[in-house]
Amino acid sequence: MKELFPIKQINGFVFSLLLTVVALSVYFMDMSYEWGMTILLITAFVQAGVQFVIFMHAGETKDRDVIFSTLFYGVFLALAAVFGSLLTLVWDMM
Amino acid sequence: MEFFERFAIPHPSPMIYASMVAIGLTVIAIIAGLTYFKKWGYLWREWLTTVDHKKIGIMYIISALLMLFRGGADAVMMRLQTSVPDNTFLDAQHYNEVFTTHGVVMIIFMAMAFIIGLMNFIVPLQIGARDVAFPRLNAISFWLYFAGAMLFNISFVIGGSPDAGWTNYYPLANNEFSPSVGVNYYNWALQISGIGTLITGINFIATILKMRAPGMKLMKMPMFTWTALITNLIIVFAFPVLTVAILMGTLDRQFATNFFTTTAGGSDMMWANLFWFWGHPEVYILILPAFGIYSEIIATFSQRNLYGYKSMVGSIVIISTLSFLVWVHHFFTMGQGALTNSIFSITTMAIAVPTGIKIFNWLLTMWKGKIRFTVPMLYSVGFIPLFTIGGVTGVMLAMASADYQYHNTMFLVAHFHNTIIPGVVFAMIAGLTYWWPKMFGFMLNEKIGKWGFWFMTIGFCFAFFPMYITGLDGQARRMYTYSEASGFGPLNMLSFFGAGLMAISFIIIVYNIYYSFRYSPRNVGDDPWNARSLEWATHNPVPEYNFAIAPQVKSSEAFWDYKKNGHQLFKGDIKDIHMPNNSGQPIIMAGLFFIFGFSFVFYIWAGVIISGIGILACLVYRSFEKDDGHHIHVQEIKETEEKFGGAKK
Repeated sequence: MKELFPIKQINGFVFSLLLTVVALSVYFMDMSYEWGMTILLITAFVQAGVQFVIFMHAGETKDRDVIFSTLFYGVFLALAAVFGSLLTLVWDMM
Repeated sequence: MEFFERFAIPHPSPMIYASMVAIGLTVIAIIAGLTYFKKWGYLWREWLTTVDHKKIGIMYIISALLMLFRGGADAVMMRLQTSVPDNTFLDAQHYNEVFTTHGVVMIIFMAMAFIIGLMNFIVPLQIGARDVAFPRLNAISFWLYFAGAMLFNISFVIGGSPDAGWTNYYPLANNEFSPSVGVNYYNWALQISGIGTLITGINFIATILKMRAPGMKLMKMPMFTWTALITNLIIVFAFPVLTVAILMGTLDRQFATNFFTTTAGGSDMMWANLFWFWGHPEVYILILPAFGIYSEIIATFSQRNLYGYKSMVGSIVIISTLSFLVWVHHFFTMGQGALTNSIFSITTMAIAVPTGIKIFNWLLTMWKGKIRFTVPMLYSVGFIPLFTIGGVTGVMLAMASADYQYHNTMFLVAHFHNTIIPGVVFAMIAGLTYWWPKMFGFMLNEKIGKWGFWFMTIGFCFAFFPMYITGLDGQARRMYTYSEASGFGPLNMLSFFGAGLMAISFIIIVYNIYYSFRYSPRNVGDDPWNARSLEWATHNPVPEYNFAIAPQVKSSEAFWDYKKNGHQLFKGDIKDIHMPNNSGQPIIMAGLFFIFGFSFVFYIWAGVIISGIGILACLVYRSFEKDDGHHIHVQEIKETEEKFGGAKK
């Protein structure tokens, strides 16, 4: 019976709900903009990680390395695009 | 009648009307010819519905050669217009349309198609596969590209060409400054062919990662396959940015949104930013496979293994990442501060390091090699010094403070042609000549090919080196004329002369195809170049199933080791081979996409809705279609192998 019970997925689901509650707290609690954004960003990325690893089984086949390297490459490029654009068009625009 | 007024050319000229007549006559001639010779059935069964990667590759290459002709004609028109001061051959509007068309056609519909065509033909053979991972999708890729290309190409006779440059910068490209439907054509043609390219990217990554022959580890792949893998990775990460940017531009022009406007919170600079976030990786999408082709050719004709295989792989991986981190160098003068420009200057110059490593690797491959100066090798050897000049002027442009001087001058035009022509165009002709016997079973004539090479190279030097000088003297790019007092006249005339030589070389190359088709001997054997990699281990031309027995690979030069070091490639017996079925659906769906794009360009909503429903119907049909492919049976394979002169051991 123990082998059939998806304990990892249940735990993941609970953890996922917990992350949602923490993210929601930003709306209901009175906190500064910086704190709110920090909490939202962290919970969002952890949430995405939980989805990929636990529910989309990213690490469970022999394609593990390909999947993770592509994922990290994508994240890296997205960050480069966002921060590069911010730097160019906002922060450093004369 | 009112309905048809929208198709009129806003800025006509006798030349455009002559082109309309010529296009009409050509279409009639093709239809009449196919009917007269009863070739419709053959065309439909063997080519239009094919899912065979080899035939799709050949169709890509034929389309690319047609587009090379179109883009080349535009180039000669531009050089003719600027050959003397105050020329009136083209007016400003036509000049704008011509350079826009030249840029888009050459990059998107010529170079991309040629590169993808060669990848299609060669990559599955080099990894010992029967086809790509998703053959049907591959056909869809090609036909979407073709639909996009045709949509773009009819623009100058129906409704007017795009005229805002191939970079299509806003606010110039918005409705106020570009009122004709030209930019709509640009948007939809690039969108449709872009979907095809993205699908190709996914298809080839899956093919290369999943379908390699037994024993072929990643680090045992031939260099062209390595560059194809990295190129397709860049395609998958870069093209969605173009898709989104073009969608935003379309919404701006056709649905009054404010993404790239100068008012209401829009940012026209955002277009330049997004365009080049795709545009710079795009340059490497073109050049990396070219590097792969040169690696194959230089190793083959030096009769040595490729020097520094691991550093070659390392270099292309580093280049692929750096290619995403340099895009701001295309607009150093847009108004961002010194900090940003310095960062992007440094990342840009850093690309010179891995590229330099590759140059040295090629030189060291030739070092003490037994070099044979065949046509492909001539192009490869010509590429090294010419491309290095292009690279060095690139580093000059990368210096942000100096770029304020060069920006938007002919110096820049000279630089990027100096990288793209020896880099990409030479590679395509070299690759085509090198793999020609693999595709068609006979060789291209070497003597005529060498004439083509010398005309091309000398013409190139005459056409583009003068632009470095006029550019530094202040001749701006995209100016349709200049005064005599500027003193640009003589050098521009020289440039026109060079363009003429290049046009002659194109004619020589086409003539060579005709001449060799008629007179070349057909008994060239399976390995006419004494080559090294796996694609030469099967017959010439390649049978439908590529390899009768899947090869067993032990090194990156599997075929060389099979010939010289006694590795056994083909073990076991011939078994039934499972192959995909042909399908007419891809071409029908691409036709619907063409109507969809065309209707959108002219705001014909009925056409949009009907073709949109048609496209969805195709998708639904495909989802429920049961297509298990077919088997080629052992007996049939044995007969085919006998016809080709016996099974390979």
